Amino acid sequence: MKIAVCVSNVPDTATRIKIGSDGKSIDPAGVTFIINPYDEYAIEEALKTKEKLGGGEVVILTLGGDGSKETIRKALAMGADSAVLLKDDSPRDSMGIAKALADEIKAMEAELVFMGKQSVDYDNSIVGQLTSELLGYNCVSVAVTFELNDRQIVAEREIEGGREVVQTSLPAIITCQKGLNEPRYASLKGIMAAKKKTIEEKPAKDVVSSTEILKMYLPPPKQAGRILGTDSSAVSELVKLLKEEAKVI
Amino acid sequence: MAKKILAVLEQREGTLKKSAFEVTSLTARIASEIGCEAEAVVVGSEIKNLNETAKYGVGKLTHLKNGELQNYSSSAYTEVLSNYANEAGADILIFSNTALGKDLAPRIAVKLDSGCLMDCIKLDASNGLVATRPIYAGKALMDVKLTTDKKIISIRPNVFKAEFSDNSVEPQVTVKEINSPNLSSKVTEFKKAEGKLDVAEADIIVSGGRGIKGPENFHLIEELADALGAAVGASRAVVDAGWRPHREQVGQTGKTVSPTLYVACGISGAIQHLAGMSSSKYIVAINKDKDAPIFNVADYGIAGDIFEVLPVLTEEIKKAK
Repeated sequence: MKIAVCVSNVPDTATRIKIGSDGKSIDPAGVTFIINPYDEYAIEEALKTKEKLGGGEVVILTLGGDGSKETIRKALAMGADSAVLLKDDSPRDSMGIAKALADEIKAMEAELVFMGKQSVDYDNSIVGQLTSELLGYNCVSVAVTFELNDRQIVAEREIEGGREVVQTSLPAIITCQKGLNEPRYASLKGIMAAKKKTIEEKPAKDVVSSTEILKMYLPPPKQAGRILGTDSSAVSELVKLLKEEAKVI
Repeated sequence: MAKKILAVLEQREGTLKKSAFEVTSLTARIASEIGCEAEAVVVGSEIKNLNETAKYGVGKLTHLKNGELQNYSSSAYTEVLSNYANEAGADILIFSNTALGKDLAPRIAVKLDSGCLMDCIKLDASNGLVATRPIYAGKALMDVKLTTDKKIISIRPNVFKAEFSDNSVEPQVTVKEINSPNLSSKVTEFKKAEGKLDVAEADIIVSGGRGIKGPENFHLIEELADALGAAVGASRAVVDAGWRPHREQVGQTGKTVSPTLYVACGISGAIQHLAGMSSSKYIVAINKDKDAPIFNVADYGIAGDIFEVLPVLTEEIKKAK
Protein backbone atom coordinates (compact mmCIF):
# COMPACT_ATOMS: atom_id res chain seq x y z
CA MET A 1 0.00 0.00 0.00
CA LYS A 2 1.15 3.51 -0.75
CA ILE A 3 1.04 5.83 2.27
CA ALA A 4 1.41 9.55 1.65
CA VAL A 5 2.59 11.99 4.30
CA CYS A 6 1.97 15.67 3.64
CA VAL A 7 4.76 17.74 5.13
CA SER A 8 5.02 21.49 5.26
CA ASN A 9 7.91 23.80 5.79
CA VAL A 10 7.15 26.44 8.45
CA PRO A 11 8.97 29.11 10.49
CA ASP A 12 10.50 27.75 13.68
CA THR A 13 8.09 28.27 16.58
CA ALA A 14 10.80 30.28 18.37
CA THR A 15 10.66 32.86 15.54
CA ARG A 16 9.70 36.42 16.26
CA ILE A 17 7.42 37.33 13.37
CA LYS A 18 8.10 40.49 11.36
CA ILE A 19 5.71 41.83 8.75
CA GLY A 20 6.99 42.17 5.19
CA SER A 21 7.18 45.51 3.38
CA ASP A 22 3.98 44.77 1.41
CA GLY A 23 2.05 44.60 4.69
CA LYS A 24 0.44 41.36 3.55
CA SER A 25 3.06 38.71 4.31
CA ILE A 26 5.78 37.97 6.80
CA ASP A 27 9.35 39.03 6.28
CA PRO A 28 11.31 35.80 5.72
CA ALA A 29 14.68 37.44 6.43
CA GLY A 30 16.44 35.69 9.27
CA VAL A 31 13.67 33.14 9.73
CA THR A 32 14.69 29.51 10.25
CA PHE A 33 12.35 27.06 8.60
CA ILE A 34 11.59 23.64 10.10
CA ILE A 35 9.32 20.66 9.54
CA ASN A 36 5.89 21.61 10.81
CA PRO A 37 5.98 20.06 14.33
CA TYR A 38 2.71 18.13 13.89
CA ASP A 39 3.98 16.61 10.63
CA GLU A 40 6.63 14.71 12.57
CA TYR A 41 3.86 12.70 14.22
CA ALA A 42 2.43 12.06 10.76
CA ILE A 43 5.74 10.77 9.43
CA GLU A 44 6.21 8.54 12.47
CA GLU A 45 2.70 7.09 12.19
CA ALA A 46 3.19 6.36 8.49
CA LEU A 47 6.48 4.57 9.16
CA LYS A 48 4.96 2.60 12.03
CA THR A 49 2.03 1.60 9.86
CA LYS A 50 4.33 0.45 7.06
CA GLU A 51 6.38 -1.60 9.55
CA LYS A 52 3.24 -3.18 10.93
CA LEU A 53 1.94 -4.04 7.48
CA GLY A 54 5.34 -5.50 6.65
CA GLY A 55 5.55 -3.60 3.38
CA GLY A 56 4.37 -0.67 1.37
CA GLU A 57 5.79 2.67 0.47
CA VAL A 58 5.87 5.93 2.38
CA VAL A 59 5.90 8.98 0.12
CA ILE A 60 6.47 12.51 1.40
CA LEU A 61 4.30 15.08 -0.34
CA THR A 62 5.16 18.76 -0.01
CA LEU A 63 3.88 21.89 -1.64
CA GLY A 64 6.35 24.73 -1.75
CA GLY A 65 9.47 26.20 -3.26
CA ASP A 66 13.06 24.96 -3.40
CA GLY A 67 13.43 26.08 0.22
CA SER A 68 11.30 23.09 1.24
CA LYS A 69 13.88 20.56 0.09
CA GLU A 70 15.83 20.60 3.31
CA THR A 71 12.68 19.79 5.24
CA ILE A 72 11.89 16.99 2.78
CA ARG A 73 15.38 15.54 3.28
CA LYS A 74 14.75 15.45 7.02
CA ALA A 75 11.54 13.53 6.45
CA LEU A 76 13.36 11.12 4.14
CA ALA A 77 16.08 10.70 6.75
CA MET A 78 13.48 9.53 9.27
CA GLY A 79 12.80 6.63 6.89
CA ALA A 80 10.32 7.67 4.20
CA ASP A 81 10.97 6.05 0.82
CA SER A 82 10.60 8.89 -1.64
CA ALA A 83 9.19 12.38 -2.04
CA VAL A 84 7.19 14.53 -4.38
CA LEU A 85 7.59 18.30 -4.32
CA LEU A 86 4.72 20.21 -5.87
CA LYS A 87 6.43 23.39 -6.89
CA ASP A 88 4.81 26.69 -6.08
CA ASP A 89 6.77 29.65 -4.83
CA SER A 90 3.85 31.83 -3.83
CA PRO A 91 1.84 31.18 -0.68
CA ARG A 92 -1.62 29.63 -1.09
CA ASP A 93 -4.68 29.46 1.08
CA SER A 94 -5.83 26.16 2.59
CA MET A 95 -8.23 25.39 -0.24
CA GLY A 96 -5.49 25.96 -2.81
CA ILE A 97 -3.14 23.66 -0.91
CA ALA A 98 -5.83 20.99 -0.54
CA LYS A 99 -6.66 21.02 -4.26
CA ALA A 100 -3.02 20.52 -5.21
CA LEU A 101 -2.54 17.76 -2.62
CA ALA A 102 -5.76 15.98 -3.61
CA ASP A 103 -4.70 16.04 -7.24
CA GLU A 104 -1.38 14.37 -6.49
CA ILE A 105 -2.75 11.89 -3.91
CA LYS A 106 -5.19 10.72 -6.54
CA ALA A 107 -2.46 10.44 -9.16
CA MET A 108 -0.19 8.38 -6.88
CA GLU A 109 -3.14 6.28 -5.65
CA ALA A 110 -2.29 6.61 -1.98
CA GLU A 111 -5.10 5.09 0.06
CA LEU A 112 -3.83 6.24 3.42
CA VAL A 113 -2.60 9.76 4.07
CA PHE A 114 -1.17 11.28 7.22
CA MET A 115 -0.54 14.94 7.89
CA GLY A 116 -0.19 17.28 10.86
CA LYS A 117 -3.47 18.52 12.33
CA GLN A 118 -2.44 22.05 11.45
CA SER A 119 0.58 23.87 10.20
CA VAL A 120 1.91 26.37 12.68
CA ASP A 121 1.89 29.28 10.26
CA TYR A 122 -1.63 30.17 9.14
CA ASP A 123 -3.22 27.85 11.73
CA ASN A 124 -6.41 27.15 9.77
CA SER A 125 -6.31 23.43 10.71
CA ILE A 126 -8.42 22.37 7.73
CA VAL A 127 -6.19 21.08 4.94
CA GLY A 128 -6.73 17.42 5.88
CA GLN A 129 -10.50 17.73 6.03
CA LEU A 130 -10.64 19.70 2.76
CA THR A 131 -8.40 17.22 0.98
CA SER A 132 -10.44 14.24 2.17
CA GLU A 133 -13.68 15.80 1.05
CA LEU A 134 -12.20 16.67 -2.37
CA LEU A 135 -11.10 13.04 -2.76
CA GLY A 136 -14.15 11.43 -1.19
CA TYR A 137 -11.89 9.85 1.46
CA ASN A 138 -12.81 9.34 5.08
CA CYS A 139 -10.96 11.52 7.54
CA VAL A 140 -10.17 11.58 11.23
CA SER A 141 -8.82 14.93 12.36
CA VAL A 142 -6.74 15.63 15.48
CA ALA A 143 -5.98 11.93 16.01
CA VAL A 144 -4.22 10.85 19.19
CA THR A 145 -4.48 7.09 18.52
CA PHE A 146 -4.63 5.16 15.26
CA GLU A 147 -5.21 1.50 14.50
CA LEU A 148 -5.59 -0.15 11.15
CA ASN A 149 -6.96 -3.68 10.90
CA ASP A 150 -7.51 -4.99 7.42
CA ARG A 151 -9.18 -1.90 5.95
CA GLN A 152 -10.93 -0.83 9.12
CA ILE A 153 -9.71 2.14 11.15
CA VAL A 154 -10.29 2.92 14.79
CA ALA A 155 -8.82 6.24 15.88
CA GLU A 156 -9.36 8.54 18.82
CA ARG A 157 -9.61 12.25 18.21
CA GLU A 158 -9.16 14.98 20.79
CA ILE A 159 -12.18 17.17 21.46
CA GLU A 160 -13.17 19.51 24.29
CA GLY A 161 -13.18 17.57 27.53
CA GLY A 162 -12.09 14.20 26.18
CA ARG A 163 -11.72 11.96 23.16
CA GLU A 164 -14.07 10.63 20.54
CA VAL A 165 -13.50 7.08 19.35
CA VAL A 166 -14.03 7.12 15.58
CA GLN A 167 -14.68 4.09 13.43
CA THR A 168 -14.07 4.37 9.73
CA SER A 169 -12.27 2.70 6.84
CA LEU A 170 -9.80 3.18 4.01
CA PRO A 171 -9.25 5.23 1.95
CA ALA A 172 -8.65 7.82 4.63
CA ILE A 173 -6.75 10.89 5.75
CA ILE A 174 -5.58 11.11 9.34
CA THR A 175 -4.51 14.47 10.77
CA CYS A 176 -2.08 13.99 13.64
CA GLN A 177 -1.99 15.57 17.07
CA LYS A 178 0.86 15.67 19.58
CA GLY A 179 0.58 12.57 21.75
CA LEU A 180 -0.11 10.17 18.87
CA ASN A 181 3.43 8.77 19.05
CA GLU A 182 7.04 9.67 19.76
CA PRO A 183 8.64 10.69 16.46
CA ARG A 184 11.93 8.89 15.88
CA TYR A 185 15.20 10.70 15.36
CA ALA A 186 16.91 10.28 12.02
CA SER A 187 19.88 7.92 12.33
CA LEU A 188 23.19 8.69 10.67
CA LYS A 189 22.44 5.87 8.26
CA GLY A 190 19.06 7.40 7.56
CA ILE A 191 20.61 10.78 6.87
CA MET A 192 23.11 9.24 4.44
CA ALA A 193 20.39 7.21 2.72
CA ALA A 194 18.17 10.28 2.40
CA LYS A 195 20.76 11.94 0.19
CA LYS A 196 20.27 9.23 -2.44
CA LYS A 197 16.48 9.18 -2.34
CA THR A 198 14.65 10.93 -5.13
CA ILE A 199 12.61 14.08 -4.79
CA GLU A 200 10.33 14.18 -7.79
CA GLU A 201 9.49 17.77 -8.71
CA LYS A 202 6.39 18.80 -10.59
CA PRO A 203 4.34 21.97 -10.88
CA ALA A 204 1.50 22.24 -8.37
CA LYS A 205 -1.97 22.34 -9.83
CA ASP A 206 -3.02 25.89 -10.58
CA VAL A 207 -6.03 27.11 -8.66
CA VAL A 208 -7.91 30.35 -8.20
CA SER A 209 -7.48 31.62 -4.65
CA SER A 210 -10.63 31.70 -2.52
CA THR A 211 -9.26 34.35 -0.19
CA GLU A 212 -7.80 37.81 -0.39
CA ILE A 213 -5.40 38.95 2.31
CA LEU A 214 -5.97 42.64 2.99
CA LYS A 215 -3.24 43.10 5.55
CA MET A 216 -1.06 41.45 8.14
CA TYR A 217 0.05 43.18 11.28
CA LEU A 218 1.35 42.56 14.75
CA PRO A 219 -1.08 42.62 17.65
CA PRO A 220 -0.90 45.82 19.68
CA PRO A 221 1.78 45.32 22.33
CA LYS A 222 0.32 44.53 25.68
CA GLN A 223 1.02 47.19 28.28
CA ALA A 224 3.21 45.73 30.98
CA GLY A 225 1.26 45.86 34.17
CA ARG A 226 2.14 46.30 37.77
CA ILE A 227 4.27 44.14 39.99
CA LEU A 228 2.30 44.23 43.20
CA GLY A 229 4.90 42.70 45.46
CA THR A 230 7.36 39.91 46.01
CA ASP A 231 5.49 37.61 48.37
CA SER A 232 2.05 36.69 49.67
CA SER A 233 1.60 40.09 51.31
CA ALA A 234 0.63 41.29 47.81
CA VAL A 235 -2.21 38.78 47.54
CA SER A 236 -4.89 40.93 49.16
CA GLU A 237 -4.19 43.77 46.73
CA LEU A 238 -4.26 41.31 43.81
CA VAL A 239 -7.63 39.93 44.88
CA LYS A 240 -8.98 43.46 45.32
CA LEU A 241 -7.85 44.42 41.80
CA LEU A 242 -9.33 41.26 40.29
CA LYS A 243 -12.58 42.03 42.00
CA GLU A 244 -12.87 45.78 41.58
CA GLU A 245 -10.75 46.75 38.58
CA ALA A 246 -10.85 43.66 36.35
CA LYS A 247 -14.19 42.48 37.76
CA VAL A 248 -13.34 38.87 36.99
CA ILE A 249 -14.22 37.39 40.36
CA MET B 1 -25.14 40.49 -1.71
CA ALA B 2 -25.77 37.81 0.81
CA LYS B 3 -29.35 36.65 1.12
CA LYS B 4 -29.27 34.37 4.09
CA ILE B 5 -26.90 33.61 6.97
CA LEU B 6 -27.09 30.20 8.54
CA ALA B 7 -25.88 29.75 12.11
CA VAL B 8 -24.62 26.17 12.49
CA LEU B 9 -25.14 25.22 16.11
CA GLU B 10 -23.53 22.47 18.13
CA GLN B 11 -25.18 20.25 20.70
CA ARG B 12 -23.48 17.87 23.03
CA GLU B 13 -25.45 15.14 24.74
CA GLY B 14 -28.69 16.77 23.70
CA THR B 15 -28.01 20.32 24.89
CA LEU B 16 -26.98 23.31 22.76
CA LYS B 17 -23.53 24.47 23.82
CA LYS B 18 -22.64 27.97 24.99
CA SER B 19 -20.68 28.45 21.76
CA ALA B 20 -23.94 27.88 19.85
CA PHE B 21 -25.38 31.06 21.36
CA GLU B 22 -22.22 32.99 20.49
CA VAL B 23 -22.78 31.93 16.88
CA THR B 24 -26.48 32.81 17.10
CA SER B 25 -25.80 36.27 18.50
CA LEU B 26 -23.22 37.05 15.84
CA THR B 27 -25.48 35.74 13.07
CA ALA B 28 -28.31 38.00 14.23
CA ARG B 29 -25.96 40.99 14.36
CA ILE B 30 -24.41 40.46 10.91
CA ALA B 31 -27.80 39.75 9.33
CA SER B 32 -29.20 43.03 10.62
CA GLU B 33 -26.06 44.92 9.54
CA ILE B 34 -26.21 43.70 5.96
CA GLY B 35 -29.97 43.39 5.85
CA CYS B 36 -30.45 39.72 5.07
CA GLU B 37 -32.28 36.77 6.56
CA ALA B 38 -30.91 34.70 9.43
CA GLU B 39 -31.70 31.20 10.55
CA ALA B 40 -30.09 28.44 12.56
CA VAL B 41 -29.62 24.73 12.11
CA VAL B 42 -28.53 21.92 14.41
CA VAL B 43 -27.92 18.21 13.85
CA GLY B 44 -28.74 15.73 16.60
CA SER B 45 -31.18 13.35 18.21
CA GLU B 46 -33.20 14.69 21.15
CA ILE B 47 -32.19 18.29 21.98
CA LYS B 48 -33.51 20.10 25.03
CA ASN B 49 -32.96 23.84 24.75
CA LEU B 50 -33.86 24.61 21.14
CA ASN B 51 -36.18 27.52 21.98
CA GLU B 52 -33.35 29.46 23.56
CA THR B 53 -31.83 30.66 20.29
CA ALA B 54 -34.74 33.09 19.85
CA LYS B 55 -33.50 35.07 22.86
CA TYR B 56 -30.24 35.66 21.01
CA GLY B 57 -32.04 37.06 17.98
CA VAL B 58 -32.58 34.11 15.64
CA GLY B 59 -36.04 32.58 15.82
CA LYS B 60 -36.04 30.20 12.89
CA LEU B 61 -34.25 26.98 13.76
CA THR B 62 -34.23 23.68 11.91
CA HIS B 63 -33.38 20.51 13.77
CA LEU B 64 -32.03 17.80 11.46
CA LYS B 65 -32.98 14.78 13.47
CA ASN B 66 -32.09 11.12 13.58
CA GLY B 67 -31.33 8.79 16.50
CA GLU B 68 -27.95 7.97 14.92
CA LEU B 69 -26.95 11.63 14.88
CA GLN B 70 -26.66 12.19 18.62
CA ASN B 71 -22.91 11.73 18.30
CA TYR B 72 -20.81 13.38 15.65
CA SER B 73 -20.30 11.62 12.35
CA SER B 74 -18.19 13.60 9.88
CA SER B 75 -19.75 11.85 6.88
CA ALA B 76 -23.37 12.14 8.01
CA TYR B 77 -23.15 15.67 9.40
CA THR B 78 -21.46 16.85 6.18
CA GLU B 79 -24.16 15.27 4.06
CA VAL B 80 -27.20 16.51 5.96
CA LEU B 81 -25.87 20.00 6.62
CA SER B 82 -24.67 20.70 3.10
CA ASN B 83 -28.00 19.46 1.73
CA TYR B 84 -29.82 21.72 4.14
CA ALA B 85 -27.65 24.77 3.36
CA ASN B 86 -28.43 24.33 -0.33
CA GLU B 87 -32.11 23.81 0.26
CA ALA B 88 -32.34 26.87 2.51
CA GLY B 89 -30.40 29.00 0.03
CA ALA B 90 -27.84 30.07 2.64
CA ASP B 91 -24.81 31.89 1.32
CA ILE B 92 -22.99 32.60 4.57
CA LEU B 93 -22.53 29.87 7.18
CA ILE B 94 -21.14 30.60 10.63
CA PHE B 95 -19.66 27.88 12.85
CA SER B 96 -17.93 27.94 16.21
CA ASN B 97 -14.26 26.94 15.98
CA THR B 98 -14.71 24.00 18.33
CA ALA B 99 -13.39 20.49 17.62
CA LEU B 100 -16.62 19.81 15.75
CA GLY B 101 -16.63 23.13 13.90
CA LYS B 102 -13.03 22.69 12.79
CA ASP B 103 -13.77 19.26 11.45
CA LEU B 104 -17.09 20.04 9.81
CA ALA B 105 -16.80 23.58 8.37
CA PRO B 106 -14.11 22.74 5.77
CA ARG B 107 -16.05 19.70 4.53
CA ILE B 108 -19.15 21.80 4.02
CA ALA B 109 -16.99 24.35 2.21
CA VAL B 110 -15.98 21.72 -0.35
CA LYS B 111 -19.60 20.62 -0.79
CA LEU B 112 -20.81 24.20 -1.31
CA ASP B 113 -17.79 25.23 -3.37
CA SER B 114 -17.14 28.06 -0.97
CA GLY B 115 -14.04 29.38 0.72
CA CYS B 116 -13.53 28.94 4.40
CA LEU B 117 -11.93 31.12 7.11
CA MET B 118 -11.32 29.58 10.49
CA ASP B 119 -10.86 30.86 14.02
CA CYS B 120 -11.91 34.44 13.34
CA ILE B 121 -11.81 36.90 16.24
CA LYS B 122 -13.46 39.86 14.51
CA LEU B 123 -15.96 40.12 11.70
CA ASP B 124 -16.67 43.41 9.96
CA ALA B 125 -19.65 43.47 7.62
CA SER B 126 -19.39 47.12 6.61
CA ASN B 127 -17.29 46.50 3.50
CA GLY B 128 -17.79 42.94 2.34
CA LEU B 129 -17.19 40.48 5.10
CA VAL B 130 -13.71 41.14 6.47
CA ALA B 131 -12.44 38.69 9.06
CA THR B 132 -9.56 39.17 11.44
CA ARG B 133 -7.78 35.99 12.39
CA PRO B 134 -4.66 35.24 14.42
CA ILE B 135 -1.80 33.50 12.60
CA TYR B 136 1.43 32.05 13.95
CA ALA B 137 -0.54 31.22 17.11
CA GLY B 138 -1.31 34.89 17.65
CA LYS B 139 2.14 36.35 16.98
CA ALA B 140 0.51 38.18 14.06
CA LEU B 141 -2.98 38.93 12.77
CA MET B 142 -4.42 39.00 9.29
CA ASP B 143 -7.41 40.79 7.84
CA VAL B 144 -8.78 38.63 5.09
CA LYS B 145 -11.89 38.11 3.04
CA LEU B 146 -13.33 35.32 0.98
CA THR B 147 -13.63 35.88 -2.75
CA THR B 148 -16.11 33.03 -3.28
CA ASP B 149 -19.87 33.63 -3.63
CA LYS B 150 -20.66 31.45 -0.65
CA LYS B 151 -18.73 32.00 2.52
CA ILE B 152 -17.94 29.85 5.54
CA ILE B 153 -16.62 31.40 8.72
CA SER B 154 -15.74 29.84 12.06
CA ILE B 155 -15.37 32.00 15.14
CA ARG B 156 -13.11 31.47 18.10
CA PRO B 157 -15.08 30.41 21.18
CA ASN B 158 -15.25 32.92 24.05
CA VAL B 159 -14.47 35.94 21.86
CA PHE B 160 -17.85 36.93 20.45
CA LYS B 161 -20.25 37.31 23.34
CA ALA B 162 -23.62 35.60 23.41
CA GLU B 163 -25.95 38.52 24.07
CA PHE B 164 -29.69 38.66 24.42
CA SER B 165 -31.20 40.46 21.46
CA ASP B 166 -33.13 43.72 21.84
CA ASN B 167 -35.52 42.66 19.11
CA SER B 168 -37.55 39.86 20.56
CA VAL B 169 -38.26 37.09 18.09
CA GLU B 170 -40.54 34.11 18.50
CA PRO B 171 -38.94 30.65 18.52
CA GLN B 172 -39.91 28.83 15.35
CA VAL B 173 -38.45 25.33 15.53
CA THR B 174 -38.88 22.90 12.65
CA VAL B 175 -37.90 19.26 13.05
CA LYS B 176 -36.74 17.54 9.92
CA GLU B 177 -36.37 13.78 10.16
CA ILE B 178 -33.32 12.43 8.36
CA ASN B 179 -33.46 8.99 6.81
CA SER B 180 -30.50 6.60 6.76
CA PRO B 181 -27.60 9.03 7.19
CA ASN B 182 -24.20 8.13 5.70
CA LEU B 183 -22.27 6.66 8.63
CA SER B 184 -19.02 5.76 6.85
CA SER B 185 -17.29 7.57 9.72
CA LYS B 186 -18.90 7.49 13.12
CA VAL B 187 -18.15 8.17 16.75
CA THR B 188 -18.76 5.01 18.76
CA GLU B 189 -17.77 6.30 22.17
CA PHE B 190 -16.83 9.46 24.06
CA LYS B 191 -14.03 9.03 26.58
CA LYS B 192 -14.29 11.81 29.09
CA ALA B 193 -10.99 13.23 30.28
CA GLU B 194 -10.23 13.83 33.92
CA GLY B 195 -10.43 17.47 34.88
CA LYS B 196 -13.61 19.42 34.90
CA LEU B 197 -13.02 22.08 32.30
CA ASP B 198 -11.17 22.26 29.02
CA VAL B 199 -8.74 25.14 28.49
CA ALA B 200 -10.18 25.74 25.02
CA GLU B 201 -13.58 26.57 26.47
CA ALA B 202 -12.79 28.04 29.86
CA ASP B 203 -13.41 31.62 30.88
CA ILE B 204 -10.65 31.46 33.49
CA ILE B 205 -7.44 29.42 33.20
CA VAL B 206 -4.80 28.75 35.83
CA SER B 207 -1.60 27.42 34.25
CA GLY B 208 1.49 25.92 35.78
CA GLY B 209 5.02 25.97 34.39
CA ARG B 210 8.37 24.53 35.26
CA GLY B 211 8.43 26.61 38.44
CA ILE B 212 6.06 24.10 39.99
CA LYS B 213 9.03 21.70 40.13
CA GLY B 214 7.19 18.41 39.78
CA PRO B 215 3.81 16.79 39.09
CA GLU B 216 3.34 16.18 42.81
CA ASN B 217 3.03 19.95 43.37
CA PHE B 218 0.38 20.54 40.72
CA HIS B 219 -2.34 20.31 43.35
CA LEU B 220 -1.46 23.93 44.18
CA ILE B 221 -2.52 24.89 40.65
CA GLU B 222 -5.62 22.69 40.80
CA GLU B 223 -6.73 24.14 44.12
CA LEU B 224 -6.49 27.70 42.84
CA ALA B 225 -8.33 26.64 39.66
CA ASP B 226 -11.09 25.10 41.78
CA ALA B 227 -11.43 28.24 43.85
CA LEU B 228 -11.77 30.34 40.70
CA GLY B 229 -13.91 27.86 38.78
CA ALA B 230 -11.11 27.70 36.24
CA ALA B 231 -9.57 25.16 33.89
CA VAL B 232 -6.04 23.89 34.52
CA GLY B 233 -3.46 24.68 31.84
CA ALA B 234 0.22 23.90 31.47
CA SER B 235 3.31 25.15 29.68
CA ARG B 236 5.05 23.07 27.05
CA ALA B 237 7.97 22.30 29.38
CA VAL B 238 5.57 20.71 31.85
CA VAL B 239 3.80 18.68 29.17
CA ASP B 240 7.02 17.54 27.52
CA ALA B 241 8.31 16.43 30.92
CA GLY B 242 5.23 14.22 31.17
CA TRP B 243 3.88 15.99 34.27
CA ARG B 244 0.61 16.95 32.60
CA PRO B 245 -1.37 15.69 29.58
CA HIS B 246 -0.99 17.44 26.23
CA ARG B 247 -4.61 18.55 26.14
CA GLU B 248 -3.75 21.08 28.87
CA GLN B 249 -0.89 22.67 26.94
CA VAL B 250 -1.27 26.36 26.16
CA GLY B 251 0.87 27.86 23.42
CA GLN B 252 1.95 27.44 19.85
CA THR B 253 2.00 23.64 19.78
CA GLY B 254 -0.85 23.45 22.25
CA LYS B 255 -3.99 25.51 22.44
CA THR B 256 -4.31 29.21 21.72
CA VAL B 257 -6.66 30.66 24.29
CA SER B 258 -8.38 33.97 25.02
CA PRO B 259 -10.04 33.64 28.43
CA THR B 260 -11.20 36.56 30.55
CA LEU B 261 -8.56 35.76 33.15
CA TYR B 262 -5.30 33.85 32.72
CA VAL B 263 -3.19 33.11 35.79
CA ALA B 264 0.37 32.02 34.94
CA CYS B 265 2.14 30.33 37.85
CA GLY B 266 5.83 29.55 37.64
CA ILE B 267 5.79 30.23 33.89
CA SER B 268 8.65 32.32 32.54
CA GLY B 269 6.91 33.09 29.24
CA ALA B 270 8.64 31.50 26.25
CA ILE B 271 7.63 33.13 22.97
CA GLN B 272 5.50 30.08 22.04
CA HIS B 273 3.59 30.35 25.31
CA LEU B 274 3.09 34.09 25.11
CA ALA B 275 1.73 33.70 21.57
CA GLY B 276 -0.90 31.29 22.85
CA MET B 277 -2.25 33.37 25.74
CA SER B 278 -1.40 37.06 25.24
CA SER B 279 -4.87 37.84 23.94
CA SER B 280 -6.40 36.93 27.31
CA LYS B 281 -8.34 39.87 28.71
CA TYR B 282 -6.55 39.93 32.07
CA ILE B 283 -3.28 38.22 32.87
CA VAL B 284 -1.86 37.55 36.30
CA ALA B 285 1.71 36.26 36.63
CA ILE B 286 3.33 34.78 39.68
CA ASN B 287 6.99 33.96 39.18
CA LYS B 288 9.99 34.44 41.37
CA ASP B 289 12.15 35.86 38.56
CA LYS B 290 11.08 39.50 38.26
CA ASP B 291 12.76 39.72 34.82
CA ALA B 292 10.74 36.83 33.33
CA PRO B 293 9.11 37.79 29.98
CA ILE B 294 5.69 36.80 31.34
CA PHE B 295 5.65 40.07 33.32
CA ASN B 296 5.78 42.00 30.04
CA VAL B 297 2.26 40.82 29.21
CA ALA B 298 0.82 40.54 32.73
CA ASP B 299 -1.63 43.11 34.05
CA TYR B 300 -0.84 42.17 37.63
CA GLY B 301 2.23 40.38 38.84
CA ILE B 302 3.70 39.01 42.01
CA ALA B 303 7.45 38.48 41.66
CA GLY B 304 7.51 35.86 44.37
CA ASP B 305 7.71 32.17 45.18
CA ILE B 306 4.62 30.31 43.95
CA PHE B 307 4.89 27.83 46.82
CA GLU B 308 4.44 30.67 49.27
CA VAL B 309 1.96 32.77 47.25
CA LEU B 310 -0.44 30.20 45.80
CA PRO B 311 -1.92 28.75 49.03
CA VAL B 312 -2.61 32.27 50.34
CA LEU B 313 -4.11 33.34 47.02
CA THR B 314 -6.38 30.28 46.93
CA GLU B 315 -7.66 31.07 50.44
CA GLU B 316 -8.23 34.75 49.65
CA ILE B 317 -10.13 33.91 46.46
CA LYS B 318 -12.39 31.53 48.38
CA LYS B 319 -13.12 34.28 50.86
CA ALA B 320 -13.73 36.91 48.20
CA LYS B 321 -16.31 34.87 46.31
